[in-house]
Amino acid sequence: MLNRLISNDYPRSRVLAVLLVAILLALAFTPFIVPGVKALNVAAKILVFIVLVASFDLLLGYTGIVSFAHTMFFGIGAYGIAIASTRMGPGWSAILAGLAVALALSFVLALAVGLFSLRVRAIFFSMITLAVAAAFQTLASQLSEITGGEDGLTFKMPELLSPGFQLSESPFLGVSLDGRLISYYLLFFTTLVLLLAMLRIVNSPFGRVLQAIRENEFRAEAIGYRVVLYRTTSSILSALFATVAGAMLAIWLRYNGPDTSLSFEIMLDVLLIVVIGGMGTIYGAAIGSGVFVVAQSYLQDLLGLGSDATSGLPWLSALLSPDRWLLWLGLLFVLSVYYFPTGVVGRLRAMGARG
Amino acid sequence: MNKIDFDWKPLALVPVLALLVLPFIGSGSTWVTLTVAGLAMGMIIFIIASGLTLVFGLMDVLNFGHGVFIALGAFVATSVLGAMGDYTASASLWRNMMAVLPAMVVAMLVAGAVGVAFERFIVRPVYGNHLKQILITMGGMIIGEELIKVIWGPLQIPLPLPEGMRGSIFLGDAGVEKYRVIAVVVGLLVFGILLWVLTRTKIGLLIRAGVQDREMVESLGYRIKVLFVGVFVVGSALAGLGGVMWGLYQQSVIPQMGAQVNILIFIVLIIGGLGSTTGALIGALLVGLMANYTGFLVPKAALFSNIALMMAILLWRPQGVYALSR
Repeated sequence: MLNRLISNDYPRSRVLAVLLVAILLALAFTPFIVPGVKALNVAAKILVFIVLVASFDLLLGYTGIVSFAHTMFFGIGAYGIAIASTRMGPGWSAILAGLAVALALSFVLALAVGLFSLRVRAIFFSMITLAVAAAFQTLASQLSEITGGEDGLTFKMPELLSPGFQLSESPFLGVSLDGRLISYYLLFFTTLVLLLAMLRIVNSPFGRVLQAIRENEFRAEAIGYRVVLYRTTSSILSALFATVAGAMLAIWLRYNGPDTSLSFEIMLDVLLIVVIGGMGTIYGAAIGSGVFVVAQSYLQDLLGLGSDATSGLPWLSALLSPDRWLLWLGLLFVLSVYYFPTGVVGRLRAMGARG
Repeated sequence: MNKIDFDWKPLALVPVLALLVLPFIGSGSTWVTLTVAGLAMGMIIFIIASGLTLVFGLMDVLNFGHGVFIALGAFVATSVLGAMGDYTASASLWRNMMAVLPAMVVAMLVAGAVGVAFERFIVRPVYGNHLKQILITMGGMIIGEELIKVIWGPLQIPLPLPEGMRGSIFLGDAGVEKYRVIAVVVGLLVFGILLWVLTRTKIGLLIRAGVQDREMVESLGYRIKVLFVGVFVVGSALAGLGGVMWGLYQQSVIPQMGAQVNILIFIVLIIGGLGSTTGALIGALLVGLMANYTGFLVPKAALFSNIALMMAILLWRPQGVYALSR
């Protein structure tokens, strides 16, 4: 049963298995373990990032191509929900319609970009996606009649998912069963299903071909696989998963604007998480997102303490300022590309294989 | 290359584009203003892009962190020009030049020096691996941008043009900003020097030979690695120079400007063909003109028009207008 569920892709390391189960349990019971709005928000953000990062890993880690337009698809998903909910009023039909249109748009865009750039060489794809993503972001903030411009859109969710909704009067295990909780579990199970689906994809014969292309494009072509076709399919799949992640974000925040879903900072975050968590391992996305989002939400305070403690040395203090945490992450990123390109997960697996 | 073999079609694109939009703009004087502005912007972009395209052609390394040198150059210029208030406030163009020239030289030196470190620690360990190159130069970009924020602060800093470079010159009815003329002159100067070095000196000969066949040059006993470090450093210094000019063009600098300009540069390289210097010039001029024309005609579509231009060029020549033959 478990074998089928995780597509025969076991963690292959005791530490990794423990970590994954810990993350799974922590996310499953967050509302009951840690009370408070902030904890729940952090947990929801982790869920969204797990899907987003895993979908990016499909492209970067398994197919070996770098796209900088991943947040574009993320944004399309979020805007799909946002625009549909604003226009059609809150309701399940708005969510479904928004998601459907967003998925269709992502499909067409991913296909177009893929056909244009993947034919030539992989490095073209990176450059073109960078340019297209920037243009799309400008477009989204300029079409203010539709997208709300820089201010973004605030909208309502269907009754069941809105914070005012109460499932029962009496709290269960000290937690009130409101719409917020239901939204959280909607996100949780969506993430679980999508993650297992992605595991299925990368461990299928199709996923093996992708890895073959990553390792040696020429040889894969020589064996008879049509590289362009596989790469384009992979980039479309990854775009579709990212779109769903964006829809999840919009459902949770009940708001969307260019900075929340389209900004280049998110793109960089995703890149950092994939590499530090482990390229070519879907599990790395889960661990990386968990660690990253928690660090982003809580560790910055720690850096702030360090900055205050060193206020006698202005230079050191400026370096340790919580606003500069991307600097340290960037260093960690460069070091991990050099010294452990398979990331945390790859390291743990290597240790497991030896021990 | 033989004169007869020379592929002139891409060169014709620039005047063709300029003439095609003339009827849409209507007024001739506006057209002159826009065209000069576009050429100025194109020349600045070319200065920045030339180093990147040479590095790619020579060593097959695409530096996604090139933008850092642009921002670095611009920020160094704010410091240098800020310290030379006497000279920038003067209305005499020559006294202004006394301030801007050192600012350019210092920016080039700093960007070049950082380029040495960047090549040594960021690029050198990942030769021959495109995926890692993209990742690691992007990482270098993040680190560089954050360090700029540490040194100069995260906010936008104004970089006003020196007094004597403000205002416009009138050619008939058409007003042309003085600085744009200066930008075109500096750009042509850089292009001229680059062309001279590439076609008339031994080093240029080696660089061109290296672009065509690196192994052959190596087997003839030349140390192409050293050559490459040199090209990388010069490319970084040129990006620094371009950063100063871009900063003065925008009259303000922000740490994120590197990433923003990088996008334009990539569009230019894709249009021009990765590795080709002439291609980069044509791409830069096309992008500069396109940005100014659409900025006037349909302001909302400014960045989009460049993407459209790129797509159109790729439909015509999938490898860019001047593709390297490999």
